[in-house]
Amino acid sequence: MSRQLSTPTPGGASLPEPRGPVSSTVVDLLATPPARGRQHLRRGRRFAIEADPFGEDLTLALHLCYELHYHGFTGVAEEWEWSPDLLRLRALLEHRFATALHDLVDTPGDPVETVASALADLLVDRLPVDDVASHLKSAGEWWQAKELFVHRSIYHLKEGDPHAWVIPRLQGRAKAALVAVEFDEYGGGDPRRAHAHLFAELLDAAGLEDGYLHYLHDVPAPAIATVNLMSMFGLHRALRGALVGHLATAEITTGPSAKRMVGALRAMGAPEPCVRFYTEHIEADAVHEQLMRHDVVGDLLDREPWLAADVAFGIQATNLLEGRLTDHLLSSWRAGRSSLRRTPAVDDRTERPA
Amino acid sequence: MTANLVRVTVEPGGPVVIHSAVEIRTDDGTEVTSDRVAVAVCTCRRSRTYPLCDTSHRRTERRASSP
Repeated sequence: MSRQLSTPTPGGASLPEPRGPVSSTVVDLLATPPARGRQHLRRGRRFAIEADPFGEDLTLALHLCYELHYHGFTGVAEEWEWSPDLLRLRALLEHRFATALHDLVDTPGDPVETVASALADLLVDRLPVDDVASHLKSAGEWWQAKELFVHRSIYHLKEGDPHAWVIPRLQGRAKAALVAVEFDEYGGGDPRRAHAHLFAELLDAAGLEDGYLHYLHDVPAPAIATVNLMSMFGLHRALRGALVGHLATAEITTGPSAKRMVGALRAMGAPEPCVRFYTEHIEADAVHEQLMRHDVVGDLLDREPWLAADVAFGIQATNLLEGRLTDHLLSSWRAGRSSLRRTPAVDDRTERPA
Repeated sequence: MTANLVRVTVEPGGPVVIHSAVEIRTDDGTEVTSDRVAVAVCTCRRSRTYPLCDTSHRRTERRASSP
């Protein structure tokens, strides 16, 4: 590709500090024009084979590769998005990540039965709940709520985007219903009601930065991995079943946890825009859950029943990574530690909501 | 299909989903509007956001021991 075509992206986030040899390879590479850097890539591939598939280094490297398909980074040539050399490295990172997930999730027996029982299982509220929202409600502090906002900013500032990629790969009722869910995520035609915008208002009201990927430097692998999962499912047509399973899981589980978040944030006296983001999700996701289960998953599996194993994988991988993030947050907080990589993002633990 | 028909789906034990913007008048005279592409109307009467579903119809189970 000719150097003249290289167009640095204006705005966007800045490239983060690397977290090891693989992410360092990708960061170094993206700072150069796309025609160069083949040697760096060979080095990156060697390290990628060794790296922990859920570790900081590989997770950040994969996130950088994926971000080129969204808004990119300041000063990084847009042509990197389709660089065959970088895509080859990304494929290796994805292979490591996907293989590790498959090794950890259990998909025995008939896939159609597995999907039905996995969805039925998500529809039961188990008490006592041991999730982040219930911790915040019973024992939480405002700085912990702010840390949660920082973790979730990596996804919520692009809420709905990874799922939009599946639209051309669906047909009929499944496509129409998924587009209806996405239309709602994007504000139903009003950008001020887009969930990403509501989250930016939440960040601002909480006294945090609302810039896209502003906190990528601060957020550790367990939170970034949940976003990598969506990007991987969204970018591969072969994983359309997994993407649908992922979104169904998210829509089914968000409503009850959003209800607990509303209770927690009201008890803390959090600013109204913080509460509004979650009240919106109680009402929206009660609808989205119905559309996803019956019209999207149901219709997709009527048309392409062989995708049931992928839908099941999408559900289980989502539960696995969300569980790992919950464990990270709760174990950090219960030990009195910050859950972020560096604490200046939320440095005052005595601060009360403004 | 007739263009004006609105699709309504009934979830056993759960809400009625109306695939349209709606204006709902409840038995106590409260009026609630929804301009989403679809709305889930509570039928179990347990919703804290009645007449809109808040997933309170879901079954709850108590775990044997606290984790």
